[in-house]
Amino acid sequence: MSKSNSDFSVVGKRIPKLDAAQKAMGRAEYIQDIKLPGMLYGRILYSKYAHANIVKIDTSKAVALSGVHAVLTGEDVPEKMKMGFIKDNPPIKKGKVCSFRDEVAAVAAISPEIAKKALDLIEIEYEEQIGIFDPEKAMEKDSPLVHGHLKSNVLKMPWDIHYGDVEKAEKESAFVVEDRFTTQWVTHCCLGTSGAIALFDANDNLTIHTNTQIPSLAQKDFLESLKAMGLENKRVRVIKPIIGGGFGSKLDTYAYEHIAILLAHKCRKPVKIAFDRVEEFKATSTRQPTIIYIKQGCDKNGKLTFRDMRMVLDNGAHTSWGATTPSVMLMPISSLYRVENVKYVAKCVYTNNTYSQAMRGYGNPQATFAIESSMDMLAEKAGIDRIEIRRINRNQSGDETPQGLKITTCGLEECIDAVEKELKFDGKNEKGVGTGIASLIHVGGGARIYGSDGCGAILKMDDYGKVDVFTGGTDMGQGLDNIIAQIVAEELGLLAEDINVVHSDTDICPWDVGAHASRSTFVAGNAALGAAKKVKQKIQKFASKLFDVPAEKIEFKDKLVFVPGDQEKSMPLGKLLRKAHFSPGGTMLMAEYFYDPDNQNMGKELKGNMSMTYSFGAHGAKVKVDEETGKVEVLEYVAAHDVGRAINPLLLEGQVYGGVVMGLGYALTEEVTVKDGEIMNANFRDYKLFTAKDAVKIKAPIIETDDKDGPFGAKGIGEPGCVPTAPAIANAIYDAVGVRIKDLPITPEKVLVALKKKND
Amino acid sequence: MEKILITLNINDKPCEVMVYPNDTLLEVLRDELDLTGSKESCGEGVCGSCTIHMDDKPVRSCLTLAMEATGTKIKTVEGLAKGDELSSLQQSFVDHGAVQCGFCTPGMLMSADALLKINSKPDEKTVRKAIAGNICRCTGYTKIVKAVAHAGNSQDHCPDCITFSKAKE
Ligand code: FES
Ligand code: FES
Repeated sequence: MSKSNSDFSVVGKRIPKLDAAQKAMGRAEYIQDIKLPGMLYGRILYSKYAHANIVKIDTSKAVALSGVHAVLTGEDVPEKMKMGFIKDNPPIKKGKVCSFRDEVAAVAAISPEIAKKALDLIEIEYEEQIGIFDPEKAMEKDSPLVHGHLKSNVLKMPWDIHYGDVEKAEKESAFVVEDRFTTQWVTHCCLGTSGAIALFDANDNLTIHTNTQIPSLAQKDFLESLKAMGLENKRVRVIKPIIGGGFGSKLDTYAYEHIAILLAHKCRKPVKIAFDRVEEFKATSTRQPTIIYIKQGCDKNGKLTFRDMRMVLDNGAHTSWGATTPSVMLMPISSLYRVENVKYVAKCVYTNNTYSQAMRGYGNPQATFAIESSMDMLAEKAGIDRIEIRRINRNQSGDETPQGLKITTCGLEECIDAVEKELKFDGKNEKGVGTGIASLIHVGGGARIYGSDGCGAILKMDDYGKVDVFTGGTDMGQGLDNIIAQIVAEELGLLAEDINVVHSDTDICPWDVGAHASRSTFVAGNAALGAAKKVKQKIQKFASKLFDVPAEKIEFKDKLVFVPGDQEKSMPLGKLLRKAHFSPGGTMLMAEYFYDPDNQNMGKELKGNMSMTYSFGAHGAKVKVDEETGKVEVLEYVAAHDVGRAINPLLLEGQVYGGVVMGLGYALTEEVTVKDGEIMNANFRDYKLFTAKDAVKIKAPIIETDDKDGPFGAKGIGEPGCVPTAPAIANAIYDAVGVRIKDLPITPEKVLVALKKKND
Repeated sequence: MEKILITLNINDKPCEVMVYPNDTLLEVLRDELDLTGSKESCGEGVCGSCTIHMDDKPVRSCLTLAMEATGTKIKTVEGLAKGDELSSLQQSFVDHGAVQCGFCTPGMLMSADALLKINSKPDEKTVRKAIAGNICRCTGYTKIVKAVAHAGNSQDHCPDCITFSKAKE
């Protein structure tokens, strides 16, 4: 029988974030706050053109400036030092630039001001080339090439998938809808901007303090950079300070980190590079913009028959994880609702625009915008209620989808019910007001993108009944520290505050693939739970001798180790630990555990159960559209999620609320406007984030399905909050005023144009 | 340009510091006085991360020259707690889950604290207006708004108004 929350003493409790007080006192140290003795300040010079040859660089005046310690150009970067998973991006470009964001030089100086002055003294002669900024045009045969040495702008990527028989299913469908949707560039806007401090010891070992979500993979990237610099067999220690937001932005290493390494090595001093807001907008990555063609059909009863999707993704000038988002897009495309016949083709195309990265949802928000908008269109065409069509096709526990995803637990139906309970969907709203619904599926039990999806945990008991947990996982504000503390405390009968969670120092913490794919609660949680179970067994074994009872009789609760029903056989955990440490032939109680979920890499056929379990959700929005101005006001918002189990509802709500508001920005206001490759709104005034005044109160019903593989039944919930937001809003707008906006963000101008067209 | 010696009254203590006439108060707080609680996120007055109090009014320290602050009473986030004891507003932020990455938190607190000084029981709308100039990317604001509203006015039905320490009992 599945457990209920009252069976737990720490799991399921609203325990405030363990580092919240420190942060509220202004005592948390972010990269901006760290100063090392003798530290220099690095700064990067970027290209003046979207596409150009570099004819000449003269750095002599910068080198001569007092206070400047080093100036680097592409010539100083070792040939093999390249970034990105296909290694197409050197940290400073040589001979040619392919985007405004391309780095052309860097300096280190004794102050940020001098570093800036030095950059102004660098003289560069460019020879401008024709740029290509439209990915569909870049795919044409005679398009100029972004990278001359390649034959085409289209990346070699495997996304051409066909499950079942789409052609046949289309012929047999009673209703078919078809359309084109587009999504924009948006960016993470972490309040804490990017930064790193690199320093070498006398033996050329590197320590780098850096904002990262992937300490272990970053370590690998930096080791490769050292190797390229001729520093073989050196050590790299990655230390992640407290970071001011992640959202996927820190899933790859960036040029500034590698440049800090080069400068630190050249100067033999610590070098810090910290971005200001303009640089953050211009030189960090965006969510992948997409052009989406979707066709789907159903039979006369509303049962989905097929889904056929084609996508063009603007890769920008270089390649980072943005180019692999189709692998995650495939999940909703093949598996949001039951649909047997699925086709999906995605092309990633080089342009002279900025390049994309991972961002919360990893492709899922784009795909779900098209799918869920199209679901409403199909419902209307088939004359079926929009909630009903979703119920008819809902995923269910025990399903295996065409992609091979195994749905172990599914609370989608309950999520839809929860949304319907909160909002009216009977079409009887006042004029200009409408409601919309959209659902989601997301990986909730890890995601095997690399060879490993694992995470390690080391657990060490001290002398006083407290625990240090060294996790590979990364806290970036989402609250992994709490989740791990609560899981370990539950298992060992302690309080969350008895658990000290140490994360993100590669010298101390075990390996982990990174804080992505909503995987940390599930994977890092299971790793910590595994280690706690191991240590518990050791303690039981020790106590069994002491109490002279079989080990399995011994229980843990309220900081006590005891045999139920026997008052004599009970001891505070701390005392027992001291006994273990102090007795002759003493023993130290610690344990390590590596959890690598039993999920699958997608093979050549692009099939496989990429996650151990899947999170589901349904969002409902009520909006009011002003037909005079086109302005959309969100009146109510409900976001119901199947989370397996809420380890900490307080923090979980925080993930949902934050995700939803990020999704509302995606739907309505946020866009990095790009003109011929140049970002035109690199500041918070022109890039419109939701403020407290724009944001609404959100209801977040939590559905618990107690997943058999999750730690205490939990699934991941970091990303889902922003996945179906845009289609929920678009569907509500259609319900309100009868216009369907297929191009994000849904600005007042677009609504007005559509209204005018409708009324003409 | 030459540095000049000024005296600032920060968190009820006089501080002597050498500044350039064009140094912002934020730069001086962070770089000269090591009061790094105030954050810079935009540097141009839009995000509110650098909010401090000047004579009890919320001010963006990135837009204020250090020189202008002489003769005023400055309070930064470091001055909210009494030693290690959080102010009720800070405690409310903690208990309501209003802190995630924490980068916006100092500025939020200072804007909210200034509001509570003139209106100890603000309703939701008033709170939203008072912190509209503070951007938060993590929380969606819901919990921050609640934390501020309940700081001066804790609510029986709110599960988070039962503080952490009480929950332990
Ligand atoms: S840093 Fe002062 S308002 Fe943004
Ligand atoms: S808590 Fe991260 S920006 Fe507000």
